[in-house]
Amino acid sequence: MQISGAQMVIEALIAEGVDTVFGYPGGAIMNVYDEIYKQDKFEHILTRHEQAAVHAAEGYSKASGKVGVAMITSGPGFTNAVTGLADAYMDSIPLVVISGQVPMSLIGTDAFQEIDAVGISRSCTKHNYLVTDAKDLARILKEAFYIASSGRPGPVHVDIPKDVTAQIANFDYSIELDLETYKPHTKGNPRQIKKAMEAIAKAKRPLFYLGGGIINSNAAYAVRDFVHATGIPAVETFMARGTLSYDDEYLISMLGMHGSYAANMAMSETDLVIGLGARFDDRVTGKLSEFAKNAGVIHVDIDPASISKLVNADYPIVGDVKGVVEEMLKLSSNINPAKYASWRDTIKNFDTLHPLTYHEDTDRLKPQWVIQRVGELLGDDANISTDVGQHQMWSAQFYPFTRPRQWISSGGLGTMGFGFPAAMGVKVASPDKVSINFTGDGSILMNCQELMTAVEQKLPVINIILNNNYLGMVRQWQTLFYEKRHSETDLSVQPDFVKLAEAFGGIGYRVTTKDEFDAALKDALEKNIVAFIDVVVERLENVMPMVPSGGSLFNMMLLEKKEKK
Amino acid sequence: MEKSERRVISVIVVNEASVLSRITDLFSGRGYNITSLTVAPIPDTKYSRLTIVTSGSVRVIEQITKQLHKLIPVLKVYEHADLVEKEMALIKFPASENITDIATLCSAYNGKIVNVGDNVIIAMVADEPKRVDNFLKIINKYNPKEIVRSGAVALER
Repeated sequence: MQISGAQMVIEALIAEGVDTVFGYPGGAIMNVYDEIYKQDKFEHILTRHEQAAVHAAEGYSKASGKVGVAMITSGPGFTNAVTGLADAYMDSIPLVVISGQVPMSLIGTDAFQEIDAVGISRSCTKHNYLVTDAKDLARILKEAFYIASSGRPGPVHVDIPKDVTAQIANFDYSIELDLETYKPHTKGNPRQIKKAMEAIAKAKRPLFYLGGGIINSNAAYAVRDFVHATGIPAVETFMARGTLSYDDEYLISMLGMHGSYAANMAMSETDLVIGLGARFDDRVTGKLSEFAKNAGVIHVDIDPASISKLVNADYPIVGDVKGVVEEMLKLSSNINPAKYASWRDTIKNFDTLHPLTYHEDTDRLKPQWVIQRVGELLGDDANISTDVGQHQMWSAQFYPFTRPRQWISSGGLGTMGFGFPAAMGVKVASPDKVSINFTGDGSILMNCQELMTAVEQKLPVINIILNNNYLGMVRQWQTLFYEKRHSETDLSVQPDFVKLAEAFGGIGYRVTTKDEFDAALKDALEKNIVAFIDVVVERLENVMPMVPSGGSLFNMMLLEKKEKK
Repeated sequence: MEKSERRVISVIVVNEASVLSRITDLFSGRGYNITSLTVAPIPDTKYSRLTIVTSGSVRVIEQITKQLHKLIPVLKVYEHADLVEKEMALIKFPASENITDIATLCSAYNGKIVNVGDNVIIAMVADEPKRVDNFLKIINKYNPKEIVRSGAVALER
């Protein structure tokens, strides 16, 4: 059919089954917004900042498993969205981000709101396109959705000049894609899988190292089956939280810089690392030369470039982790879970020695208590988003996760300001669950304008601000490694968060005790509107245990032991 | 430190806008070296061939080939072991220099005088990059005014 480029964008989104677009209009994208106005097949959610539009699309994608879609205008609209693109790129989140561009005739003339968008997004997207003719739009948008969601997922950026959105051309979305140069390898090599299983059968102290790729590949339940069939203990990366339920007997905990002592010791003592969809990030491995020093490594990943990038893999398997784990499970009948009983006991002893815990030894609330309390009260009924900093680590450590896609956090890029808009996207994708955003008094101000979006769209995100009047994580490093010189991290001057929420039409609470917290959470749930719960917590609490940057996993700073009073 | 080695990598890419930037951005973004880079379309196809001379440890070279392969418009990546490698150089000499000597030297390096003007002589050689290095050292005494190298191209044997 002969339609305009703008209409093609709408038709393509409908054909892809998109139900929600997050975005912000502007000059160069107006033709497309005009068509959005005329249609009723999908919702458009107007955020109050382009960065938030992309984070909301990320949250939506992470909670639903679908491709998230964001739309923005050229120039500053696009540059505001770059942080979101980079965040999605680092955490392998499938997005299609469509930006307007100045008309073709003006490209290169330093026109109003012109910026070389594809030049900027090249290094923080899986792929990008500048559309130069409307006749290419159907193919490009179809490729964009396919590339975003296949192989190792990631964001794809499509930049469309304004005259291309006005141009009339033929549109046929039923075309077959022919991507000769892009054929992701999804099926693991059977011989490699067999070799890996032989290595597992021989190992005395094997350890599952579960990564975020499991969540992306919807492999968590297959992994649960595999873990239970073999009885091999497991550690999770930050990104993999929720793969195993928190109460799974084989789950040790999170590993890495703020992982548990037992998880890090297990990684240091294992003789075979079974890496599934994990990428040996520096926050996980600590000092590389000391990481799992005496262990063989099985590494299953869909991205060949992730394998042997940092840690040499003895058994590399390139493939989609779900299919590979299902194949591995079929070959696991000769593995007797009882065989690893003493290994599991060793790990339990590590955990008894230095459990993941905290002391309630101050008058002020402990941030960890708040997270545990929300876990007790809401548990499986909540999806948990976070911002970045101490509260994020405590959330990963202490929330009782029960399922994949329950945990939405910016892991790779570490983007402050991610949590609130992401939690809105999560609420859109998963309206039956409570959408909680654990945040800090630093992070929340980086996208607090989204109160307006949440009020307008009736998205009752509950933001729990663990308020220590500090940029807590940086303050912690200053305390530990910079002789307590707290340079620019004291946030004693801050807004009245209750009034701030109320000014937008949300609801705010300031709490200082356990009872007040319970009451505020209950009230926020009942009122069912966007809320800020400003929780005054202990100022100088540190995230413990901790592997200092560049240190070995087995060399942790531990929580000081205290006698129970 | 792991030992750094010189390597020649050929990349077959779809001949489309900004594909060269994708390649060079990858090298700069990930801190890899480019010693030389040549690119030209492959006749009668929609592809171009890049020849990149780079250096790095075995691990780095493996990462470079994998990361190149990840780029969507990249069809193939060859990391050459056994190859024929050639590079061209053009050299401008003052016309006052001994043209016979220069011509003789050039012919020893697969080259010749390609242009003689009132003020300058332009010579061309095409040989293995190392031999081109040698040639350029030798001709120093003829006071070359300008030297331009093409970067290496290579084919697997």
